[in-house]
Amino acid sequence: MTSYALFLGCTIPARQPNYELSARKSLAKLGIELVDLANMTCCAPPPVQSIDLETSLSIAAYNICLAEEADLNIITLCTGCFESLAMANALLNDNEKLKARVNKILASAGKEFKGSNEVKHYLQVLIDDVGLESMKQNISKPLSKLRVASFSGCHFLRPSELLKVDDPERPHIFDDLIEALGAKSIEYRNKLKCCGGLLRGYADDLALSIAREKIVNTTKAGADCIATLCPFCFIALDMGQLMIRSKLKEEHNMPVLHYSELLSLALGIDPEELAPQFHKIKLDRVLNKIG
Amino acid sequence: MEKTATKVFPNAVTSHLGGKTMSSCYQCGTCASSCPVTKITDRFNPREVIKLSLLGKKKAVLSSDSIWLCCSCYNCQERCPQKVEIADVIYALRNIAFKEGYIPDIYSEFASAIIRDGRIVEVSKFVEKKRTDFGLPPLQPTGVDALSKILSATGFDKLPQKKEAP
Repeated sequence: MTSYALFLGCTIPARQPNYELSARKSLAKLGIELVDLANMTCCAPPPVQSIDLETSLSIAAYNICLAEEADLNIITLCTGCFESLAMANALLNDNEKLKARVNKILASAGKEFKGSNEVKHYLQVLIDDVGLESMKQNISKPLSKLRVASFSGCHFLRPSELLKVDDPERPHIFDDLIEALGAKSIEYRNKLKCCGGLLRGYADDLALSIAREKIVNTTKAGADCIATLCPFCFIALDMGQLMIRSKLKEEHNMPVLHYSELLSLALGIDPEELAPQFHKIKLDRVLNKIG
Repeated sequence: MEKTATKVFPNAVTSHLGGKTMSSCYQCGTCASSCPVTKITDRFNPREVIKLSLLGKKKAVLSSDSIWLCCSCYNCQERCPQKVEIADVIYALRNIAFKEGYIPDIYSEFASAIIRDGRIVEVSKFVEKKRTDFGLPPLQPTGVDALSKILSATGFDKLPQKKEAP
């Protein structure tokens, strides 16, 4: 059993029990133990970085300190949390001056960032700790008829110099993990382009237009569903389709699932245990194909 | 005299966290052609934002809605041949705009939420109770006390909260 400190973030517990349930159940089945630590906070994502970078780095570093004290590496589900924390970890480890500046701030809360521990997205944990071969052996219900359009979202890949997860222009990890479930990971136009999610709340029209392109392109490529890793991409694309319906009078019906949901289904977990009601676009098409 | 004045703003940007690479920009436009937002609107163009900043057009940059239209996808930054950290430069510009009181409403809400709850998105009591029904473990407490000390040490809690600029 490999243990990680789970950094759950805000949006997943607030809005997406489907993500949390499927991640907890599937990772447990694959021998990954998630430890819930007390006193974590917001990860300080782009909205906080936009207000004050010194504060966002300090908040991210504070949360990493909690994992360091518990002698655990961090695992994140949300790609936004991953970017905030992994970026801070890398920036502070690369720059002694910045680390000293942040530690001066953290001292006010009785913390010291050491830089001794890792921050990993759960896909990295699946690759590094479980391994593709072992995952394949655990699949009891291969998703062999499913054509999946992978969409990792920006902050799983970029900025690649700091995150160092995959090739930012020709990534393959996410597609490999989808194919490990027996599904076909398909190509589609502008696969690596943003979902527009971070413009929501400031420029909703532009955000929706960017999300719409993703739905149109995956539909044209004959996808059965889109697979996401980020709760914001999920909202932009799943609820986004309802907004496209009401604002642009256009009908789309593309199911959006988090990778952990696809993984759970392939591991034989009953879909009813995964809170499917939190999907705005119903999953019938996907579930029928899996059988 | 005028030459010195025009350097004040670009110097403020390059000495700010995130801003230091701005002066390497040679205006090739790779950023603009990689930008998903520039593709659909003329309200935002990263090359233009950097040009105006380098020219010292402080008010034009900070008061326009352009800097708030970057979707932080980092595509431009990955592809910049001059290694300008464009998305980070835009964060630096937003940080400066915020301090000067140019604050979009939604960001003022983000700031209050962090100060109040330690989170941007609040987990409602209703949803928290529902966790047991789903078989999810109870939520751990949020570190609001530690966070308020950090926010006070960086001065975040004293930043302007609303639009003050004319």
